[in-house]
Amino acid sequence: MSMTEQTEILNLTAVELSSKIKAKEIAVKEAVEAVFSEVDKREKDLHCYITLDKEAALQQAEQIQAKINARELNGPLAGVPAAVKDNLCTADMRTTCASRMLDHFVPSYSSEAVLNLQRAGVVILGKTNMDEFAMGSTTETSAYGITRNPWNTEHVPGGSSGGSAAAVAAKECYFALGSDTGGSVRQPASYCGVVGMKPTYGTVSRYGLVAYASSFDQIGPIAGNVTDCAAILETITSHDKKDSTSIDRQSIHLSDAYGSAGRGNIDKGNTDGRTDFTSALIEDVNGIRIGIPKSFFTEGLNNEVKETVLAVAEKLRQAGAVVEEFDLTCAGQGDIRDIYTEYAVPAYYTIACAEASSNLERFDGIKYGYRTADYDGLHSLYKKTRSEGFGAEVKRRIMLGSFVLSSGYYDAYYLKALKTKALIKRAFDEAFTRYDIILGPTAPTTAPKLGESLTEPLKMYLSDIYTIGANLAGLPAISVPCGTDSKGLPIGMQLMADCFQEKTLIQAAYTYEQLRSSIR
Amino acid sequence: MPHTITDEIIEYIGILAKLELSDTEKAQAKKDIATMLDYIDRLNELDTEDIEPLSHIFPVTNVFREDTHADSDAIGTDGSGTAAKESVREQMLRNAPTVESGMLKVPNTVEQEGT
Repeated sequence: MSMTEQTEILNLTAVELSSKIKAKEIAVKEAVEAVFSEVDKREKDLHCYITLDKEAALQQAEQIQAKINARELNGPLAGVPAAVKDNLCTADMRTTCASRMLDHFVPSYSSEAVLNLQRAGVVILGKTNMDEFAMGSTTETSAYGITRNPWNTEHVPGGSSGGSAAAVAAKECYFALGSDTGGSVRQPASYCGVVGMKPTYGTVSRYGLVAYASSFDQIGPIAGNVTDCAAILETITSHDKKDSTSIDRQSIHLSDAYGSAGRGNIDKGNTDGRTDFTSALIEDVNGIRIGIPKSFFTEGLNNEVKETVLAVAEKLRQAGAVVEEFDLTCAGQGDIRDIYTEYAVPAYYTIACAEASSNLERFDGIKYGYRTADYDGLHSLYKKTRSEGFGAEVKRRIMLGSFVLSSGYYDAYYLKALKTKALIKRAFDEAFTRYDIILGPTAPTTAPKLGESLTEPLKMYLSDIYTIGANLAGLPAISVPCGTDSKGLPIGMQLMADCFQEKTLIQAAYTYEQLRSSIR
Repeated sequence: MPHTITDEIIEYIGILAKLELSDTEKAQAKKDIATMLDYIDRLNELDTEDIEPLSHIFPVTNVFREDTHADSDAIGTDGSGTAAKESVREQMLRNAPTVESGMLKVPNTVEQEGT
């Protein structure tokens, strides 16, 4: 295959590639080899992957090709090579969570989201780098070294799904899966100039996703455009009995089962929970009501990001959307005009750390994972194993979580955070009675330089300010590239919708993408 | 009022979190936890007197099922993946830090009488 042919193959989107594979214009093997030629060129500098298995990928390619030839596989992603974040279990492929704790861990089963991809004929190339146990916003807390931003290698790719976003941006895969607990899919997508989406909580099974904060964790796609994202989400969505928080979206009437959360966009007819997301790839925002929270555009937001995102709102307004500013507020809070900006981050970190401290208790050096070499009795084994196996940020969150859950502090911190979460949810519920979409920036800045974030944890936590709302309230949200700053780094804008309104979200994002010129 | 994390509190957190910290780590942890608690304290500005804590976004209840068992090797991996080369039992033992006679080997958890 010539260089030009390879470049042409790499420039296709996931859905385009699959069409050409099904039309016998491109072989699955050729697509896998094109991706690996790019890996050979760029991976040394970028380090998107922790584990890559070319041999296994070529084997999968052969099996998938046979099924495509036999017309057993005909979905929109058949034959497409993709990457998976290293906190999603993959049978027979090492799954480390970017931690020494799981250095040699090879799962005996695959996560449901990965199985759904495999059933659809996706080739799994390998496992992408991330912040250790998804705790971080830069991919710098990985025990396997940093990942660099493909747009400028002096900058971080974002995190925690930084390897996934960088791999997509560098064309080291056609798309990738990430996990999003406080913005870990959307923020790196924004920093790397690609599209990232977090669905409504419960849409994608968490079975086989190594838990960080279970009440927030959702798996989501990272891809080159909105069309690919919709096709991937449609493929990985399933009701799974192995995850008790997984929602059966196909068979229930959501407004009955989930109260106000299922109310949604009645004007547009998206009142059911159907997950045929690709049917929403329609260029039309006429009459869609878009709300812009005033507090999202005040202090802390970089000016170039602000101007670029406001230009998106103007573009959508010109296309027929009704755009309005509003306060994310709720009644009964005296003079407090905005319930979000000051309170979402502290509530989020309290709850996330509490859940993390509980979830990570399982790493004790007994059944799997790292075990310390020298110990004196069982408790010494636990303590030494965990102290040596976990990195600094993971320990920091486990300690804070243990503290806020401890007797004497539980009510003051953990319970207070859960009540704040209720207030924030209420503010979003109120907003979605008036708006179909909430628009804002994905992150307050473009990608920071390597090494600048870890010294001040609180500053790093504040970089999640716009994304954590969707996790606190369970909402679907998408980050779409909308320009670059003066340093040439990508800027992302975020759209949020009410629970189960992914189709409204996809329609608005798709429409914007059609109106926008290429950002490169 | 700014928080002060005492040595006692750090020791207690170490016990709860099952972490053994060096003196440098302890000093850093005191500082980090105090900073975060100072920050979290701003939640007290909110009136949450009559607010129910929200742990789950949707009003879901416990999901129950029959407590049945199945042969994990029979469940196996999905047909689209590669066929399992070894049994699930073997795979799990391969991930264990120490194994003896086909079982996980762990340190003494209960002291024997008279030893």
